[in-house]
Parts: sequence; structure tokens; C-alpha cells
Amino acid sequence: MIILLAIAIGSLFGGATYLMLRRSVVKLILGLIMLSHGVNLLIFTMGDGVRRGAPPLVDANGQPPAGVADPLVQALILTAIVISFGFTAFVLALAYRSNQAVGSDDLDDLSTTDRL
Amino acid sequence: MVFHLFIPIITPMIGATLAVFFNRQRIAARAIALISVLINLGYGLWLMSVVPASGPLVAQASGWLAPFGISLVADGMSALMVMLAALLMLTTIVYSFYSVDYERERHFYYPLLLLLLLGVSGAFLTGDLFNLYVWFEVLLVASFGLITLGGSRDQLEGGLKYVVLNLLGSTAFLFGCGLMYGFAGTLNMAHIAERMATLSNPGLQTALAGIFLFAFGSKAAIVPLFFWLPSSYHTPPVAVTAIFSGLMTKVGVYALYRVFGLLLQNELAVYGPWLTLLAGLTMVIGVLGAVAQMNVRRILSFHIISQIGYSIMGLGLASAAGLAAGLVFTAHVMIVKMALFFIGGAAEQINGTGDLKKMGGLARREPLLALFWFLGILSLAGIPPLSGFIGKLILLQVGVSQQAYLITAVAAGTSILTFFSMLKIWNEVFWKKSYEDVNLLPRVPLGLLAPGAALVILSVALGLLAGPLVDYNTIAGQQAFDRGAYITAVCGVDGCEAVYRAALK
Amino acid sequence: MMPLLLLLSIFMLLRGHNLPGGGFIGGLLASSAIILQIVAFGPKTARRILPVNYLLLAAFGVFFGAIWGLPALFAGLPYMQAFWLPEPIPGVGKIGTPVLFDIGVYFTVIGVTTKIALLLVEEPILFPLPAMKTASAESEEGA
Repeated sequence: MIILLAIAIGSLFGGATYLMLRRSVVKLILGLIMLSHGVNLLIFTMGDGVRRGAPPLVDANGQPPAGVADPLVQALILTAIVISFGFTAFVLALAYRSNQAVGSDDLDDLSTTDRL
Repeated sequence: MVFHLFIPIITPMIGATLAVFFNRQRIAARAIALISVLINLGYGLWLMSVVPASGPLVAQASGWLAPFGISLVADGMSALMVMLAALLMLTTIVYSFYSVDYERERHFYYPLLLLLLLGVSGAFLTGDLFNLYVWFEVLLVASFGLITLGGSRDQLEGGLKYVVLNLLGSTAFLFGCGLMYGFAGTLNMAHIAERMATLSNPGLQTALAGIFLFAFGSKAAIVPLFFWLPSSYHTPPVAVTAIFSGLMTKVGVYALYRVFGLLLQNELAVYGPWLTLLAGLTMVIGVLGAVAQMNVRRILSFHIISQIGYSIMGLGLASAAGLAAGLVFTAHVMIVKMALFFIGGAAEQINGTGDLKKMGGLARREPLLALFWFLGILSLAGIPPLSGFIGKLILLQVGVSQQAYLITAVAAGTSILTFFSMLKIWNEVFWKKSYEDVNLLPRVPLGLLAPGAALVILSVALGLLAGPLVDYNTIAGQQAFDRGAYITAVCGVDGCEAVYRAALK
Repeated sequence: MMPLLLLLSIFMLLRGHNLPGGGFIGGLLASSAIILQIVAFGPKTARRILPVNYLLLAAFGVFFGAIWGLPALFAGLPYMQAFWLPEPIPGVGKIGTPVLFDIGVYFTVIGVTTKIALLLVEEPILFPLPAMKTASAESEEGA
């Protein structure tokens, strides 16, 4: 299980990096989205359920309960997903508008603010 | 347990929602913004008066036990930053009354400012790593709104770079949070600090420190990660640029201080030389970038980067004295940098352009503006008796006493370059003869002059009465570096681990 | 579908304290009901059926959620410390400040999600997306 997750996280990060190094704005944003998914998956693997097989919970006898996942990582991921959802909507709208203003999807055309 | 520690967070939150409701009534929205900020300022001042004597104040959200719930912790560093954030936001709001157009005000300008204050205050007060991430996102959203509000082509281009690179930094932070949870099994800062001392896996700790350095370094704009700053900061209205210069990068600096001073203190010895190297590069590259520019706000933007180098130098010295010196300098530069943005922005507004070649002759036309500008650049360069002198002097003293001669020399040399590049603005904007008749330009309204002037006067006062400031920051630096006291304040004398074990039983 | 989904969302909202559900899930359900209307009949009809300013709704949600932490503050307890009515109300369940806070989250989520959908559908000329401002507040509530 952990190997599969590691491979999935690695491919997400690799794909995201590849996409973000392209010149197109849309690919850049797709890369950002993939990166946030990769990080979410990474947080998921950090939950004790995956790594050590038991959540940081105990029942009345001090034993770890069976069949319960670590709830904290799920809360963290939910928060991270909500945040990245909002940001993705914002970045997409921003890219759309700047595409309207500049008339190009090429990052090299977005350099007027960097000129002397 | 100090239950009212939530006030600096609740006030801007409720203020922001109320300002949305009363958005159409301009005066009501302004009044709400002003009142919220004044409450925060008062509370920040009170915190600063209490914290040095009492040690860190702690509150637990919803009354959950310490390592499980979200803690709010106010030590000397947090209190100083909360107060400064409110003070700078106050001047920004006053400046906005006279400089921001109605169209922006109608599109939720004041709620966004309050949201920024909410995120910043929350980030300064929280004692939980993931909560820090959430506050970072809150202030980022507010800053995204502010930087693109208006939607001109420059703003959209600059905004896109700003947004994408900051999101990348946030993702790295989240990545670090995840690894930290997997490594330490907790996200409460005090608890992490306690476990970090006992867990032995130096390789992973070093990697974690590197990730956090990247994440917060990209927020603070240290050297290889600063490119978003000069390409976006000059595009929004002056008031927005000013508050960004005062708060945004400094939150990154605060987070670096907090993470390296508390959580990863062991790593500070490993990273110290590298941090010092980065600090030196940041100073020099920032100021050299400024020398090449020909636009008021772009010069000032590059100077933000250069000044961040000094703050990082305080961290790189890896001692309580170094942190204290860095804090004094950061406080000084927040104040003076904003003052310069306000004054330069006022000059830009009456000229209608920020291009140095097209400006000139303002010293005769606006002597008061010129006077305060000159005092401001003297302070930034570190001429006695202004606050910049105190800030740099203490940093250099600590540097010399720790035998870090090279970085000390670089810091001193950068001051001269800073002064040179600031004099360029002075010459071009205020001193040289204008090509056009300056008497045709509009006068500077008092409201545009007052915020910058007030901050410059504050800088002069801090320089003349440096004793209390230095004493306060010495204590704040010690508190920021004292893991034991922090853990005791959050979890009690036995430490978080004991509380954790007891709760499991 | 819409009344049914809205009812289901309120059910989800009220059972949320101890079972799966809660303000966030309920809000998403309710907003999906409205978004279905937008998809099926277009934004104009959707606005006519439910004439609500979603931005103000979102701001109201944050406000409503925030103020129910205040009673604890006045009682000298940490912010958001819970207060409960001693007796459960029939048909609704136990009522306390966390439930009221959840209602705030519910309104915020409806407001923000629907506003984003409406903005994407209607393509207003102005760039500044007013909805983004509250999106963060919502994510913070989600935390």
C-alpha cells in the first residue's frame, strides 16, 4: 500500500513540475492543481493508519481500536482541499481575465511588469 | 489561560463581515474598518505592556486541552508584531481615505484590508503549525484580492505571477506540515518542539528545516525566491503596496523566526551559516537591483528584499541576541519602509507618474513632503539618531561579538549602497529642476502626507528613545529562543508529552 | 428536486454534530440544489426562484458563526467554548452554540459556492471576484 501511494505521489509531483515548467498559463495552473493533489495524498500517507497501521486513538482499555482511520489527516486534507478549491477558482478566473487583457496564453508575453 | 487573547482575531473577522453588509454606505464601511483596527491596536499595546513580565500568554480555542486543540500563544515577538500590524493597518486605512477611488471602495476594499489584518494577526498569534498554514491562506486570499482589485493589464500580469509563486510557497508549507505530522505525530508547536528535542533522526529534521526554509523564504522574498515581489508590488494602488511591504514579507520572516527559533532549534546550528550566506546575498542583490531601476515604487520594492536580508541575518546568527537584534531591525524597517512608500506614493500621485525621469522639483513645491522623505531615507540608511541606526548598530554588534565578520561587513557596505540608491530618488523627484512648471501640479492633501509623516516621526522617536525598544526586544528575543518557557506556558510544567500520555490513559 | 435537496441539506446540517454531516456538507448539498437549477434553467430563472444576494449570505454566515463564539468570551471562557441547552428539542435535537456556529458555516458555504457558480456562468465584466473574499473565511471555518 505504502509503495503504491509513494509512486502515486511521486508521479503527481513529477507531472506537476513538468507542467509548471511549460510556457502556457493553462498548463501552469494544471500543474499547481496536480501539486496540491500530490501534497494531499502525502498528508494522507502521514496518517498513522497507513504508516503504522493504527490511529492515535485508544479505547477504554488503552488498546488501539480496530478498523478506525486517523481522523486528523482527513480533517487536514479536507481543509487543504477547500482552500485549494477556492484558490483554483481564483487563479482560473485570473488567468482567464489576463488572457482577455493580453490576448495570449504564453508566459513570455506576460513580461511588461518586469521591464525596466 | 487568557481567554481574551482571541480579541485581535475576532475583531477584524466581525469587522470584515459588517463592512460587507455596510458596503454601500461609504462612511459606515470606513468607520467599521477604523474601529476594528483601533481595537486591535489597543489590545496589541496592552499585550506588549504585559508580556515581557508575565512570559507567554496562552489561550486554548474552545477550551480543548493543550496538545490536542488549537492554542493561541502571545510571547514578546507575537505581541510586537500584532501591535505593529494594527498600527500599520491604521495608517494604511487613513491613507486609503484620500487615495483609493470609489470604484475600489465599492468592491470590498475595506473588508479585504480587514481580512488581511485577520490573517496576519492570526498568523502571529497561533501556536499550531497547521493553523499557521490556514492563517497564511487567509492573508494570501486577501492579498490576492487587493493586488488584482481593479483589473488593469499590469495588475493582472503582476497578480498572476504573485498568485502562482505564492501558491507554490504555500504548497511547500503544506508539504512541510504533512511531513512534520508524520515525523513528530503532532502539530502543536510546543509539542513538536518538545518531541524534536527527544526524537533522533537528524537527517529528516534537516530536510524538514529545508522545506520550511523554502516555504517561508518564498513568502519573505529571500534571494533565490524573490522574483514575484518586484514584478507585482508596483502595480496596485500605493496604499496596497505600502501595506504589503509592511506586512506580507514580514509574516514570512516571523514564521522563519518561529519555526527555527522554536521547532527546529537544533537545526539552526546546521543552517546558521547558510542562512547568513542567503542573508548577505539578499542584501546585496536586492540593493543592486534597486540601483538599476527608474521607478519610485520599483526601487522601493527592491529595497524591501534588501532589508529582508538584515532580518534573516539576525536569524542566521543563531542566538537569542541575534533574534533580538533581528526583531529590532524588523520593527524599524516595517515602520520606515511604509513611511517611504506613503511619501513616494504621494509624490507619484500628484505627478501622475512614478517614472523618475518625468518627475522633479518637488522640494520647492512640497517642502514638508521632501523633509519627511529625507528623514525617512536617513533612517533607512542607518544614520544616527534615527531608528535605522539603532537597528543596524545592534545587528552589527551581535555580528562582531559572534565573529561573523564577513556578513557584518556586507551589512555595513549595503547600508551605503542603500543610501546611494535612495539619494537617486531624492535627486530625481525632489531636488532636480522639473521640465514642467511644478506650480501647475496639485498640492498634496494633508491626508496623504500625515500617515507617512507620523511613521517617520515614530522612527525618529524610536531612535531617540531607543532604550525601551531595545529592552523589550531583548526580552522578546530570549522568549522566542526559550523552548522550555514556551512549552511550560502552553502545556504546563510537566510538558505536552505528560498531558498527552495522561489523556491517553 | 430542489425542495427535496434543500430539505436533505437541513437534515444533514442538524444531524452533523455527532454523525457524518454538518454545516459544510449541508451547505454543499443546498448549493448543489441551486446550481442544478442554474444548469437546468439558466441563471436568470435560478435568481428568480431564490432572490438572494449570495455574497451577503456568505458574509452573514461568517458573522453568524463568529458571534456564537462570543458568549463564552463574555463568560470568561475561551472563544468558541460550547454552551448547550439542557433539554433536546423534539425533532431538532440538542441545540447549543456549536449547532448555531454550524448554521453559520452552512450559510457561508451556500453563499460562496453558489456565488462562484453564478460568476462563472454569468461572466460579469468586472474582474474583481467579490466571492473570493469570503472563500477564505469559509475555508477557515472549515478548519
